Amino acid sequence: MTDASMQSPETGRHTVSLTEGDARTRKRAAAEKRFRAYGIIAIATGLFFLVVLFASILSQGIPAFTRTVVSVEFTLTEPQQEEAESTLFKTKAYSDLFIAELNKELAESGINVDFDEAAIERLLGKIGGTIRTFYSENPDKLGEPIQFDLAASSRVDGYFKGRVSRDTLQDSRFLQKSDLDLVDALKEAGIIKQAFNWPFITGADSGVDNPGGAGIGASVIGSFFMMLVVLALSLPIGVAASIYLEEFAPQNRFTDLIEVNISNLAAVPSIVFGILGLAVFIQFMHLPQSAPLVGGLVLTLMTLPTIIISTRASLKAVPPSIRDAALGVGASKMQAVFHHVLPLAAPGILTGTIIGLAQALGETAPLLLIGMVGFVARGYPDGFLAGFTEPNSAMPAQIYTWAARADVGFYEKAWGGIIILLIFLLTMNIIAIILRRRFERRW
Amino acid sequence: MPILWLFLIVLAIAAVGYVLGRSRALQSAGGDSRHLHSLPSFYGANVALKTLVPAFGLLIVWLLVQPLYVNSQVSGMIPESAIKEGSSLSLVMAEVRRTAHGMDNAVAQGQLTEELARNARADITDMTQRLKDAGQVVTSDITQPVLRAAQSYRITNATGYAIMSIAVILVAFAGAAFSWWQTHSEYRARNVVEQGVRVLLLGAASIAILTTVGIVLSLVFNTWEFFKLYPASDFFFGTTWAPSFSGRGGSSALGIIPLLWGTFYISLVALLVAVPIGLFAAIYLSEYASPRVRSFAKPLLEVLAGIPTIVYGLFALLTVGPLLLGIFGDDGLGWMKAGTAVMTAGLVMGIMLIPFVSSLSDDIINAVPQAMRDGSYGLGATQSETIRQVVLPAALPGIVGAVLLAASRAIGETMIVVLGAGAAARLSLNPFEAMTTVTAKIVSQLTGDADFASPEALVAFALGMTLFILTLGLNVFALYIVRKYREQYE
Repeated sequence: MTDASMQSPETGRHTVSLTEGDARTRKRAAAEKRFRAYGIIAIATGLFFLVVLFASILSQGIPAFTRTVVSVEFTLTEPQQEEAESTLFKTKAYSDLFIAELNKELAESGINVDFDEAAIERLLGKIGGTIRTFYSENPDKLGEPIQFDLAASSRVDGYFKGRVSRDTLQDSRFLQKSDLDLVDALKEAGIIKQAFNWPFITGADSGVDNPGGAGIGASVIGSFFMMLVVLALSLPIGVAASIYLEEFAPQNRFTDLIEVNISNLAAVPSIVFGILGLAVFIQFMHLPQSAPLVGGLVLTLMTLPTIIISTRASLKAVPPSIRDAALGVGASKMQAVFHHVLPLAAPGILTGTIIGLAQALGETAPLLLIGMVGFVARGYPDGFLAGFTEPNSAMPAQIYTWAARADVGFYEKAWGGIIILLIFLLTMNIIAIILRRRFERRW
Repeated sequence: MPILWLFLIVLAIAAVGYVLGRSRALQSAGGDSRHLHSLPSFYGANVALKTLVPAFGLLIVWLLVQPLYVNSQVSGMIPESAIKEGSSLSLVMAEVRRTAHGMDNAVAQGQLTEELARNARADITDMTQRLKDAGQVVTSDITQPVLRAAQSYRITNATGYAIMSIAVILVAFAGAAFSWWQTHSEYRARNVVEQGVRVLLLGAASIAILTTVGIVLSLVFNTWEFFKLYPASDFFFGTTWAPSFSGRGGSSALGIIPLLWGTFYISLVALLVAVPIGLFAAIYLSEYASPRVRSFAKPLLEVLAGIPTIVYGLFALLTVGPLLLGIFGDDGLGWMKAGTAVMTAGLVMGIMLIPFVSSLSDDIINAVPQAMRDGSYGLGATQSETIRQVVLPAALPGIVGAVLLAASRAIGETMIVVLGAGAAARLSLNPFEAMTTVTAKIVSQLTGDADFASPEALVAFALGMTLFILTLGLNVFALYIVRKYREQYE
């Protein structure tokens, strides 16, 4: 019997080996490998998109942080000022003085290039006015050598960053081919150079034809005031609502109604909240248009569901034994919740709130509807209270306005604005992660 | 900012009330808190609560009602004749409010004396000139009725606010005095305070309902206004979208079909990108990946969900659009005319939705009981066969729910389509053509428009209503499916 069974594999029609698979097994194994590869490909694609996204943000946004300046050491003496002030075209007298100084510096470095006043104006704008304003505001600087860093026009800036090249440049009133010779000469002399673009970080929005002067500072302030409103309203209201739903709400239809409403509001498109803000806060209550106060109110309504959902999760995570112990030593239900459960849930609540705020900070669409478009961000508010009611923009809306403009110079600003926005978001998320790591408690 | 002051005054009254209430309770118990019904702080809180709640309640109600009252009073002053041809009462009222605001600012700057601003016989040209000198933007021709209405608007408003301040402070004092008088050692302060706090908590929770009601009301009223000006059948069944920008003529064609088609087409492209990638990523992460791979791949994918949509919009406009144009444009295959197209917006939106699909599907696949997998392995199935024939069919309803949620996200997405899809409303099958969506048109019809009387502005509310109903329907359906599925395995 034993022999017979030993023999059977050899007499059988097909041989089955445990170490060597047959065709069908190989097919199944290949299918298994393929399926696994699909998964890897899917994840790799997702990560590839992420890398491309960040690469294009960084490569196109970083140039926004440098600007091209012409720095000339310039001395104006008192007699020179008086002479210039006595002429008919005062600013022209100043720019003549400046051009003379520029010529001298070029001659010192041994470079010979022809240029006229119009070329300087195309490169630097109307410098005479700038110099005159400087000296009339700082009369004590007369006679001292002053280093002027004058911003070059956006097309010259583009020439340095490769946006404008000799071959593609069309002669226009903005820039001519001959001006590029001057630019090259100034570069050789070390007069024109790249510098860190502080005005981009601190400045306000500029007109549609001046991408060089546009800055994001004012809209950062706008976003800041909005976030203050969102924080001041959504944190207390969100926590109160979550405490009610998690600890006190009876099982009835009204509670169900609230729960259904919250989960649906979390999925309502953000633009619908913009319509709500427009109709209720501006059309009906006549609150000021474009004000960070209204923007904050709209974003509060939008973030509330997020905050409520995460707060409820962290309240739920506090074990019932804590409540039971508090009730056992004679605390009322309210005392048990406010004195024991809430402090233990606080880190989780804070984390959820920060993530909700980060989400609100990046929101654009509702702000456009209530008038917080970029071009209203023309300056800083006059004071703390005015910051809430004066027209202003917010970072994402400012970026949108730049992206929608025709001048290519604004695209660089938009990417640069995105870098700043992402830095804020990253900081907030890192704070949230640190809070969670530091205070998270496993029961 | 008088309201801020009012706010602070009421807070101060409450703080003083807290201290007084607490000490009165202690006094009535002879200084021994053991003879009190509640802890001393509850007596203080009782006084503070009864000061704050009625006072702030009155303040909020007053602030809501006064503009309505003043508006109706002042608009009654404007004669029919003052409303110009092609204008409307609401436009004139906006003018009145602007003028009144300008006068306020001029008074604050000292360009205009309060007396003159109130003078009912003030000369109209003089007033206009003074307002212009003060740098207050005023339209060239303030008419007599507008000026008078603006003056009366200012006066009514000022008196209203004065009465409000007095009333609020009186109510605060009354509340404080009453509850202070109530306070004695037998008073059940804790029960009252806790009941009050509970009601406040309930109020906070009800804000969700208020928000929904606010959304629905603001959409319904304005949509109703729109349908009075523009026939509903033309809106729902019209196949051309061509709003006129010249003025308030009836020459606009506002049919929603091309917009819905654009929305649907872009969402479809987005889902075609997001669903396969997201689903396979979820399968790999939940079934194959080692904990180490999972712990870095999952958060990285979720970064895609945390990036603001404006970033994706810019990415579509400036990176993906030109890239696609290079391949499918005139230099390449010649299918594409411009960088903004259905394909551009759809592709980028798909990238945005990948983590949405993958996270939800991941949760759902993880919820499939291990016993089902073990059974399948026991019968000799390979891992991929188990996934395809056991796990996925079991998780299918949940995955469908996840896809529906992603679809509702795609329909409601705004910034990507505003920047990436183009502005022309078209009924076309070519995915390389520019099309536009419901959300993009809401933005373009409402941005910077302060006048809601024309059908061109009001149509945005009808579009918003359509969008709201569509996404709400999808969400409710998707959540229903997901919940049903969860119950199956619990």
